Order: sequence, then C-alpha cells, then structure tokens
Amino acid sequence: MSDFLFYAFATGSVLGAIMMVTRRNPVSAVILLVGVFFSVSGMFLMLDAHYIAAINVILYGGAIMVLFLFVIMLLNQGHATWNDMRGPATTLLAGSAGVAFLAVLSHRIADGTTYAPTVDQAGQALRAQAQEMGIIGMVARPLFTDYAIVLQVTGVLLLAAMVGTIVLARKRGG
Amino acid sequence: MNLYEPVFPSLILALPLVGAVVNGMGAFLWKDNKIIPSVVGPGVLVAAFALTALNTVLFWRMGAHDPSVTGLWTWIESGDLRVAIDLQLDQLSLLMCMVITGVGSLIHVYSVGYMKSDPGFSRYFAYLNLFVFFMLILVLGASFPVMFVGWEGVGLCSYLLIGFWYENREYASAGKKAFIVNRIGDAGFLVAMFLLFGAFGTLDFIPIMEAAPGSLAYGGLLVTGITLLLFAGCTGKSAQIPLFTWLPDAMAGPTPVSALIHAATMVTAGVYLVARSSVLFALSPVAQTTVAVVGAATALFAGTIAIKQYDIKKILAYSTISQLGYMFVAVGVGAFTAGVFHLMTHAFFKALLFLGAGAVIHGVAHAWNHGDEGNQGAADTPWAGDPNDVRNHGGLRKFMPLTWVFMWVATLAIAGVFPFAGFFSKDEIVWYAGVMGNPAVWAVSLSAAILTAVYMTRMMMLCFHGNNRTFGGGSGGGLHEAPPVMWVPLAVLAVLSLVGGWVNIPSSLPLPDIHILGDWLHPVFAQAEAVAEAHGAHHEYVSPVGGGEALWAGISTLLAIAAVIAGFLWLRGSRSRAAELAQPAGGVSGFLHGKWYIDELYDRVVVGPLQAIWRVCWTIVDDGIIDRAVNGAGQAVRVLGWVGGQLQTGRVTAYLLVFMLGAALVLGILT
Amino acid sequence: MNEAGGLAALGLHGQIAVFTSAVLFVIGAIGVLMRRNVIMVFMCIELMLTAGNVALVAFSRAHGIEGHIMVFFVMAVAAAEAAVGLAIIVAIFRHYGVVDLDRFRLLRW
Repeated sequence: MSDFLFYAFATGSVLGAIMMVTRRNPVSAVILLVGVFFSVSGMFLMLDAHYIAAINVILYGGAIMVLFLFVIMLLNQGHATWNDMRGPATTLLAGSAGVAFLAVLSHRIADGTTYAPTVDQAGQALRAQAQEMGIIGMVARPLFTDYAIVLQVTGVLLLAAMVGTIVLARKRGG
Repeated sequence: MNLYEPVFPSLILALPLVGAVVNGMGAFLWKDNKIIPSVVGPGVLVAAFALTALNTVLFWRMGAHDPSVTGLWTWIESGDLRVAIDLQLDQLSLLMCMVITGVGSLIHVYSVGYMKSDPGFSRYFAYLNLFVFFMLILVLGASFPVMFVGWEGVGLCSYLLIGFWYENREYASAGKKAFIVNRIGDAGFLVAMFLLFGAFGTLDFIPIMEAAPGSLAYGGLLVTGITLLLFAGCTGKSAQIPLFTWLPDAMAGPTPVSALIHAATMVTAGVYLVARSSVLFALSPVAQTTVAVVGAATALFAGTIAIKQYDIKKILAYSTISQLGYMFVAVGVGAFTAGVFHLMTHAFFKALLFLGAGAVIHGVAHAWNHGDEGNQGAADTPWAGDPNDVRNHGGLRKFMPLTWVFMWVATLAIAGVFPFAGFFSKDEIVWYAGVMGNPAVWAVSLSAAILTAVYMTRMMMLCFHGNNRTFGGGSGGGLHEAPPVMWVPLAVLAVLSLVGGWVNIPSSLPLPDIHILGDWLHPVFAQAEAVAEAHGAHHEYVSPVGGGEALWAGISTLLAIAAVIAGFLWLRGSRSRAAELAQPAGGVSGFLHGKWYIDELYDRVVVGPLQAIWRVCWTIVDDGIIDRAVNGAGQAVRVLGWVGGQLQTGRVTAYLLVFMLGAALVLGILT
Repeated sequence: MNEAGGLAALGLHGQIAVFTSAVLFVIGAIGVLMRRNVIMVFMCIELMLTAGNVALVAFSRAHGIEGHIMVFFVMAVAAAEAAVGLAIIVAIFRHYGVVDLDRFRLLRW
C-alpha cells in the first residue's frame, strides 16, 4: 500500500511538472506547480520528513506560489496566451541537452540501485529520532544548537531580501 | 715557487673604465668643460701605466717565471663549460700592457692638444679610455672568451672612433666597414673557440697550452683547423690579406686614434693572439706556413700600394699593414720573440709617425682656417682643401722643424737604419724568415724592407721638403709648429724609437750583448720552442744564400740607407717631384694608386652578389612570405575573434544551454 | 563504488526519490531553456530547487538529519530569492513593458 502511494506521488509530481512546463498560461502553470509541491510533500512524508513536508506545503505551495500569482496578476499576464515557447531548433537542442544530462544522472543512480523491494531499513535512524524528540524537535534541536549561527545569518538574509525587494519594486521618483 | 704577487691587477683595468665613465658622463653633463676630460683622460692612463710598471718591476725583481692568474669572478657556468673572469699576468701580457698604457698615455696627452677645439672633446676621451680598457682586457684575459670580450670591445671602440665625426656620411660608413669586415674574421675566432672547447673541455690559456702537445697530434687536422680559424680572426683584426681593406678607410677617425688603435695597439692584437697560442701554432706546420706566407705577401702588397698614395694617413695605414705583415712573418716562422719585439718597436715609431702626421694635418688645417691667403692648396685640383693630402704640404721643414726631426727619426726607424729601433726588430724578422722559414718568404721580406724605405722617404720628401704648396705656391704664412702638449709626446716617442731597439741585440753583431727582451719573454715561448724542437726543427744559422746574421744585417741596413738616399735624390729634383705629384692616370702607378682595385674587386665579387641575395630576401622572403604570414595570422585571429564575438549573444538561455551541456560533460567524465 | 553503496543504503523509496529528483530537475532545466516568459522561467527554476530538495531528503535517510536542515535553509533562501527575483521582474516589466526574456540582452557588451 505505502509502496503504491509512493509511486503515485512520484509519478504525479513528474507528470505535474511536465504539464506545468508545457502550460501556455502562467496561472495554470502556477496551479500545476502547487500540485507538484503537494505530490513532493507526499513523498517527503513517506521519506520520514514530516516537518519538511509541512513547510514545503506552507512555504512553497502557499506563500511563494501566492507571490507568483500576485506578480502574474500585477503584470497582467493572467490571460496571456502568447506563445512563449521557442522554435524547433531550440527544442531539439534543449531536449538533447536534457536527455544527455538525465542519461548521465541516471547512469550514476542506476549504478547504485538495488531494485530489490527489501524491508525498508533506511529510515530507521530518523524514525528513532522522531520517537525521541518528536518530528519537529528532531529538526529544531540541531537547528538551534549546531546551526544556530547559520540560522541567524539566514534571518539577516531574509531581512536583506525584504529591503531589496522594497527598493526594487518601488516606483521611481514616487 | 712564485714569489710574485700581482699588485691590484684589476685596478689596471678599472682605471681606464673609470675614466671612460667619467668622461662619458661629461659628454652629457659638462659638455663644454674641457678641463675635466683633459685631466681625467690622460690621468687614468698615466696611473694605469705607473701601476703596470710597478707590477712589471716586481715581476722582474722577484724573478718570477710562471704566469700569475688572478681570479675575479665566474662569468659563465653551464655544464662542463666554466668561464671565469681571470687576469693573467705574465711576461707577454705585462709587456703588452706596458706598450698599451705607455704609448696610450702619450697619445692621450697629445690628444688634449689635437682635439682642443672639437665639440666632442669629452666624448672622445670617453671612447679612448674605453678602448684602453678593452685592450687591457684583451691582453690580460686568462682565457679565450675573456680575450674575445676585449677583442670585440676594441672593435666596438674602433667603430665608434672611426665614425667619431659621424655627421660625415663617408666617415660613418668607414666605421661600419671596419666593424663588418672584422666580424668575418671574428666568426673564425668563435669557431676556433668551439673546437678548442671540444678538444680540451676548457678555454683557459694555461691548461690548454699545457695539454696541447700531449693531446693534439702534431700537424693534425684539428690543430691545423683551430689555428687557421684563429688566424682568420687575426686577418680581420690585424688587417692582413684578405681582410685588410678596412684599415685604410679607418683613417677617417681623428689622427691620435689612428696612432693608438690602428697602428700601435689594436691591430697588433692578432699578433698577440698568435703569440699567446704559440704552442698551438707550433703544433701545426701548415698553419705556421700560412701565417708566414700571408704575412710576407701582405708586407709586400701593402708596401707597393703605399708607394703611390697621397693621403699621408693612408700611406701610414698601408705602412702599418705592411709592418703587421712582418710581425706575422715572425710569429709564422716560429720566431715569436722577434714578432713581439717588432710589435713593441713598431708601436713606438708608428705612433710617432701618426702623431707627427697629425701635427702636420693640424697645422695645415689650422693655417687654412686662420690664414688670410685665399687658396686651400693648389686650385682646381681634386685634392684642394684636403689637409691630409701630401700634395698640399711640401717644405714644412721650415715651419715645423721639431716635427720634421721627429718624423725623420721615425722614418729611419721604420726603414731599419742602424741604430734606430726598427733596425734591430725588423732585421731579426728578416733573418729568422730566412733561417726558420723558407727562401721565398725571406726574399719577399727583404724586398718589402727596401720598399718601406722607399715609400717612407717619398712621404717625407713630399711632405717636408721642396716648396710649400699649402696655399697654392704661396709663402706658407700661418703655418707654425705644434704646441708643446703635442710635440712633447712626439719627443718621448722619438727617444723610444731611437733606443727602443737596444733591448735585444743579436749576439752575432759586434755590439754589446743585451738580451733583456729575449730573456724576459723566454718563459712564455719556451714551450712552443720545445714543441718545435721535438718535431725536428733544426736550424742552420745561415741565410738561404749563405752568410751569417752580421753580414745580412749589414746588407739590409745598407740597402735601407741606399733606398732612403735614392728616394731623397729622386724627389729632390723639382721635375721628378712635379711628375710624382701629378694624379696618376693609368699604368702601373695608376694600378698602385687604385690600391690594386681590391675594394672594387670585393664590391663586385662579394658585396654585389650579397646585395642581390639580400634584395631577394627583402622583396620575396620578407615582403612576400614573412609579412604575408604575419599579416595573415593577424587576419585569422580577427576572423576567429569575430566568430567568438558572435557566440556572445547576450541571451541567458544560450549561456544556460552551454552550461548544461558542459555540466553533463563534466559529470560524464567524472563517472 | 563508494557512492553506490550509499545509494543502496537509501532503501527503495529513497532510490526512487533520487531518480524522481533527477527527472524533475531535467524537466525544470528544459523548461528554463524552452520558455521565454520570465515568470515561467522563474517557476521552472523553483521546480529545479524542489528537485534538489527531494534528493536532499532522500539522502537524509541514510546520512542523518543534516539533509533536513539543508532543505530548511534552501527553502529560506528560495523564499528570499523568489521575493527579490519577482521584484526584479516587476522592475524590468516597468522599464521594458514586456516579460520576454529575449528582449533583455544586458549581458552583451
């Protein structure tokens, strides 16, 4: 059952991504991208990353995608139906580059893949940690101890991004 | 045990160099100041002479026998090759240094007067000091490469001083000619050095000379090749057949330069080289014969040309070539001491002749510039206005009595009249040419000796006797004796020309038995003489046609005196003098006046074809191939650059595409 | 191969997740190359970032909690990047009046 669900999420995310990339209308693409994020969050759940799954939905699926929608509306691209796909030459080049890249990645992944539907031992350490500290605690503990400084710097980064955004988006001479 | 320790040998070198630097700076900084160069220029030379004399006296008094080598620093070290800047003080180099700094000092003093009104006064002394520096390196160097540095350096200074008045195009090209002709010989010197290094693995004199008799086969191909190539260098530097043509043209420089460089010192470098390599030459009879034959031929050949020249300096130049030929005859037959002896006496009387000629030229030019009579020599003649031309002189005895006396002393000396210096040195050479050489060389040397007397007498007669022609047959007012700063060095040289020969008197002559020079130089040439003896050189001390040395010395001095008197009588009559003064048109005299047309021959045979080849190189190879290749390369780069520029579309997408392909490639390679 | 052993340690789900991550990444990259609309290109970049996150979470199963921490920071940076990026797009749109990537050739001299 859980295998089937996992395959479904994986397939769903890939199909959603393909559809999203090929949508002409940006709004449809945003909605499909949200779908992809949901599928990916499902995979996260089954990979014992509950907290990540949650913030993925909240942050990406919620906040960032909404920001995208706002900008699409702001720039009047909501009904944009102009064909922004490139010509066949670029398609061919991009496709072959993508295939080459995927081939290289797959080759490396396939090297180490076992294909055996073994009893899933891999997540046991994570599950033990979740048992011990809770699903948030297992992320929060290192975050506020080992990575405290990085966390602070990230805060500064976000502040800088905020200030930069305001400066950039402000109307000149306004 | 060598008790002798050299006293500041490097200071002997450093003094002229300091002088050159100071005067060189002066040429830029205090151009019009004539006092500093007048003091520094001769001053450093006199100091160097004093130091050399001190070293020589010490060397003698300590009874030193072996050369003393002072190492300064390592110059080149590469693999097996090690060349050190070493100074070798021995009997030969000390004698050379004495001549260079001694005669050099006198000529420097003389130059103060001669160049008095020249705007390049300081520059002149800078060059002259630099020349002495390089000449001292040449004779003091303890290895062939160091000697070669001096060899090239004196060539450079010679070039600079020949073209001293570089505004005159003809003078400047005379400098170039000297430089280029010398390069031909230097190529031989260089190849000889390569061969020497290949054979001995070192280039220092002492090890080579010690190892040579053991490791080189007597008369072998290698030693013959080395010595002949060395001699090729000598023919360039010492103006022997076939590379002599530069020396007459070199008279374009100031006359004291001709005296110092082109008579007394630099041109004798070839003789010094042969003497220094005496062991090598002793090992190769073929090379020795070549040297002797070339020397004899040059002596006769240059003498015949000198007999029909009118430029007083050219007469002396050909005389120098002829006398250098004598020195090569001596070293060629193995009489190294006689060669060096003649080198020394020749330095005295030839410097005197040149300086005297300079006084004449200076006087004539000065009279023309300041006299109020109009004509500069006979009007409507090709030689009008040329202070060097003896046809513009004549009767100068009245105006320049001191110079006249000194010049006659030098003339008798060079002609080989007893008891002047030339008698002893030249007679010895002619004698040894007969004893150790072959009859032909002996006969040629003897006839060249008579020629010497003839052309020198002719020069003296045309210059100092008869009527004065300086102002086209006028009274000659305005001509006067040279100032003391000029005639005092002449006087010193005249004394040396008189007594300079009394240091080496053949024991067979009924004279006091003095062998100072022979004893002094004996250790240097002992090895070469040993080699010659070991290989069966055995000399009957009789001339090729019989008779001993005393007899032939008498005969030759009588011949010289007869030639002088004959010349005197020949040109005393006004008719024969007038005929002698006319420009020779053709026949033998025209041929001799035209210097056997050797320059023209070289122009046709060597220079013309070379220019044709260079024209081909220029128009076809350079313009056609090299320029096109270079320009084509430039064009190709431009096209490539344009193509590369087109790749820079500015489209982020294109960059990303390339980036992705590159990332795939890198990942693929890393796998 | 050292990495191969590491990959096997991810378990079946982990391995599939890594492969999915590669596919998503390539789809995003092709999207970036194919689209001219700046907003679409930007969304494709977000997709590529997510693909990276998937791989990090997958590897985290064998290598400890650090993968999760990394994803957390990636998301924070992605949020900042999205905000600034969208602000730039707005500014560019104001200037040029279009969102066509090919119209912006600021990288050419």
